[in-house]
Amino acid sequence: MKIVLKNLTKVFSGKGKRRGEKVVAVNRFDLTIPDGKLVGLLGPSGCGKSTLLNLICGLEEPTEGRILFGEDDITDLPPEARGVGMVFQNYALYPHLSVHDNISFPLENLRGKKRLPKEEMEKRVLDAAKLVQISELMERRPDELSGGQQQRVAIARALVKTPGVLLLDEPLSNLDARLRLQTREEIRRIQCETGVTTVFVTHDQEEAMSISDFIIVMKEGVLQQMGEPQAIYEQPVNLFVAKFLGNPQINVFDAEVRSGRLYIGGADVMSAGGVADQPVWAGVRPEGLVADAEGPLECGLVRVEIMGRDTSIVFKHGSFTGASARAIVPTAKNVDRSAQTVRFSLNPEKVHIFSKSDEMRLNAAGGEGK
Amino acid sequence: MKRRRSKGWLYLLPAILLLGAFMVYPLIDVFIYSLEEGYNSASQTFGGVGLYNYSHVLRDPYFMQALRNTFIIVIITVPVSTGLALLISLQLSKIKKLQELFQTVFFLPYVTNTLAVGLVFMILFKRTPYTDGLINLMISVFGAGPVDFIDGPYAAKMFVMCFYTVWVVLPFKILILTSALASVKKEYYNAARVDGTPKWRVFTKITLPAISPMMFYLIITGFIGAFKAYSDEVALFGTDLNAAGMNTIVGYIYDMLYGNGGGYPSYAAAAALILFAIVLTITVINLMVSRKHVYY
Repeated sequence: MKIVLKNLTKVFSGKGKRRGEKVVAVNRFDLTIPDGKLVGLLGPSGCGKSTLLNLICGLEEPTEGRILFGEDDITDLPPEARGVGMVFQNYALYPHLSVHDNISFPLENLRGKKRLPKEEMEKRVLDAAKLVQISELMERRPDELSGGQQQRVAIARALVKTPGVLLLDEPLSNLDARLRLQTREEIRRIQCETGVTTVFVTHDQEEAMSISDFIIVMKEGVLQQMGEPQAIYEQPVNLFVAKFLGNPQINVFDAEVRSGRLYIGGADVMSAGGVADQPVWAGVRPEGLVADAEGPLECGLVRVEIMGRDTSIVFKHGSFTGASARAIVPTAKNVDRSAQTVRFSLNPEKVHIFSKSDEMRLNAAGGEGK
Repeated sequence: MKRRRSKGWLYLLPAILLLGAFMVYPLIDVFIYSLEEGYNSASQTFGGVGLYNYSHVLRDPYFMQALRNTFIIVIITVPVSTGLALLISLQLSKIKKLQELFQTVFFLPYVTNTLAVGLVFMILFKRTPYTDGLINLMISVFGAGPVDFIDGPYAAKMFVMCFYTVWVVLPFKILILTSALASVKKEYYNAARVDGTPKWRVFTKITLPAISPMMFYLIITGFIGAFKAYSDEVALFGTDLNAAGMNTIVGYIYDMLYGNGGGYPSYAAAAALILFAIVLTITVINLMVSRKHVYY
């Protein structure tokens, strides 16, 4: 089911000591989540992504704006009438019920005409369990399950009513690193098999990048950018999005555009791609720095880390703004590890130029030649 | 190794001595007393050993009266007070405004002196030559005749007794249950809401199981407390409980030791052991029931 948000706003007013303060958790969201897609809702902690999820779910009422599922306005409907399945961050499995009873719980709630016959109910429960591959755990209690298994039960419980929309709040945050990789593939698989429109909240850009069809990046309640993961990575609309996506982080230099050329620390590194003369932030992806003895950008070499497939060069530069600058190169061949300095040339496709005033991106997508 | 072990015993010694002298020894002594026939505390002599004390106590009409009173109090007050406390706690946890004020109000009886509360109850219920008492004034509005709750018919006295007991034990139960309810994770309720769970089902399937350990604790301690009732009876009906027909088992034990006809430690010991057997049985039954219905 397609989800449409129209001017969606949620304002919380402070309690107790903070009485009178207003916190805008979700600020004028306008977007459309296409039917049958897996969408990652990405942002730093406290940016309002869980609130947005709760608004879609119906656990919170919007201060302003409308929510549509398909063509139906469901803004004023209670959660149970919206046909959503929700997986909570701590799974919220009922601890005293077996896996089977947890999954059948939503079906047992149905009354009157909607109530399914017993066999049908049982079939649905078994199907859901099979889908998330926990058929052999049906008689266990939640506390006898691992985190990953609990997660699966929670997903099965959310899916058993065959909702039009599946919502997951930080589905992977309680799992250890290995399980996280496994479970995110699981979520992708389950979403593909059921085709249910799925929105999941995460603060981990890698998680969002790896399995989403679309990513929504938000910051302080404001929508920053929505698009396919690769498109957002390659064409971030502003400095925040550029910094938030990508690991290792993008290298941001204090730079300047003069007569159509980009200067970093006085060195003419590349064409500015039509950006007007002004001081700018130059964001260079780690893979956009090419070790090149003839390269224009001279930096101090800190150390070289060889991480299997790639080599990571940690360097320093007077105009660099973050903690540690990093370049990722395919081989260490061109790098003299004992040298004091290292020289780079820049791959223009990996360089993003941002305005210093509003941090919006200035150069065209993908850069334009040298 | 050996030194360490003896050190451990050394640390335990004070507790062992105190417990031994004031708990274990008296318990064994009570058991022995209960089997000694015709024990005389002055001369420290007894006539023989047997179960005579038990059969005497069980045939004593005062004991049977006390037993009956105790059972009635237990059977009425434990369910009523626990149920009422649950109801009040549920409502308390729902309201937002003045919640703390109400919690304080409901907790006040707990810190009030039992005897003072008893006096207040007497004033509310007692008939004197000058007035019928506040409660009688109130029921006379509905056309019912004045009832003497303190010196009148058995049912009226028992009603006051149970009313009083429930009122006294309620605050502690409310305190325990409100904190138990507050500790139920909100996510469970949110999950239930998304699934459209009817209110009654939320209560029986989520709230009740979640607070079941606390409910169980309250029921067990409630039973034990009610079986040991005595001071509340004194507060309402005075020290001569046999005359009022409102004695309890603990009251009977006290009477046998120190009352008017006191000086019968063997009968008191037998009655105490009978009480112990009853409490033990009830607690074991509780534990067996709880296995099925309490979720930790």
